[in-house]
Formats: sequence, C-alpha cells, structure tokens
Amino acid sequence: MWRAIRRWFDPRELREVGTTPDYRFSLANERTFLAWLRTGLALVAGGLAAAQFLPPLPAAHLREVIAVALLLLGGAVAIRAVDHWARTERAIRLGEELPASRFPAILALAVGTGALLLVVAVLANALGAR
Amino acid sequence: MNTGTRPPADRGLQPERTRLAWRRTALALTVVAVLTVRLAAGRGVPGTVLAAVAVVGWGVLLWIIWGRMTGARRTTPGGGPAFPLTALATAGFALIGVLLVLAGVG
Repeated sequence: MWRAIRRWFDPRELREVGTTPDYRFSLANERTFLAWLRTGLALVAGGLAAAQFLPPLPAAHLREVIAVALLLLGGAVAIRAVDHWARTERAIRLGEELPASRFPAILALAVGTGALLLVVAVLANALGAR
Repeated sequence: MNTGTRPPADRGLQPERTRLAWRRTALALTVVAVLTVRLAAGRGVPGTVLAAVAVVGWGVLLWIIWGRMTGARRTTPGGGPAFPLTALATAGFALIGVLLVLAGVG
C-alpha cells in the first residue's frame, strides 16, 4: 500500500518506466482522472448538502446516515481515481493492457441501490401519510 | 487571417481541453469548500477549526491547480503533485464533512 502511495507522489518512476507515449494519451488519462475526481467531489457535495438541506427525517439519524454514506463514497472514488490514473499511466508507457476495474460497476450498483431505497422510503412515507 | 502558421487543430485542443477539465475540477472544489464552511457554521469551536482547515486547504489546492494549468509542469507527462494532492484533498473534505455531521449529532 505504501508503495502505491509513493508511486502517486513520485512521478520519476512514472516518467522513466517504458517509453514516453504520444502526449495526447497522457492528457486523455489526465482528463479521465479529473472526471473521476469531479464524480467524487459531486458525491462529497451531495453528502454535505444532505447534512444541511434535508429536513430531519422520521427515522432517527437517517439524514446523517445518508450524508456520511455519500461522503465516504466520494472520498473512496477520489482515492481510487488517483490510483487508477497511476496504474493506467504505467500501462500506457509499458504498452501493457490497461488495468481492468470492477469499481465503476460497484459504484453504479451502490448508487442505484441507494436511489431505489430512497424511492421506496419516499413512497412508504407518502402512503403512510394518507 | 494567417492560417498558414497555425499548428494542427488537435495539438492545441488537447492541452486546452485538459486545462478546462482542471478548471471545472477547481470549480467543483470551490462548491465543496463553500458547502463545508456553511455546514460548519454554528457548530462551535470544532466547526470553526474545521472550516478554517477547509478554507486553507482550498486555497492551497487552487494554487497547486493553477501551477498545473499554467506553469512549467502543465504538459509534463507523468503528472506531478497536483494529482495525488487533489485526490487526497477530496478525501480530506469528505472526512471533515463526516466529522461535522458527527459533531452535529453529538
């Protein structure tokens, strides 16, 4: 793990391994990293917004649980983004296969499940209020 | 118009698109920083300390991103400190948010 973190900060290894590719590939990899980073920032912003703009919910601390879940998910997306960027950069320079990742599928399932649960909660709330 | 000396369109577009991507990221960071400060308001001394950390971190990050966008590093392949620092800062904002939420519950 420390090796991976050192690799993020030590671009020498990323600059010396293999051959320098067409800069357009590096820049595309950089933009993909930034798109993931903004995805993480959007999740963090969603968590911060849930904590201060949602009214208190009927279930105890449900608002706080939603906020903390979004915040932790956003932080995980950001950390994973820089790790994936470094591994992709290395693979491009070495001419290897790009690293495969289950992370987008897991994230999509997590966000989809969360949205579904909230739809159920909203419907149950509406029916219960009648 | 002197089109003869202009480099091929793609050469200019790729760095331009990357610069704009950094700019959008900086904007998203600013939104997160503002939301963090707003959440921290009225949460006592811990809230003030965390808000100060968020504002200082935001300023340092804008400076780092500015360096990546305009400085000598802007086209360096293999990146630089801007990559891990922006990612770790996003995780840091998430942590500050969790602490503020927990401070509000307690």
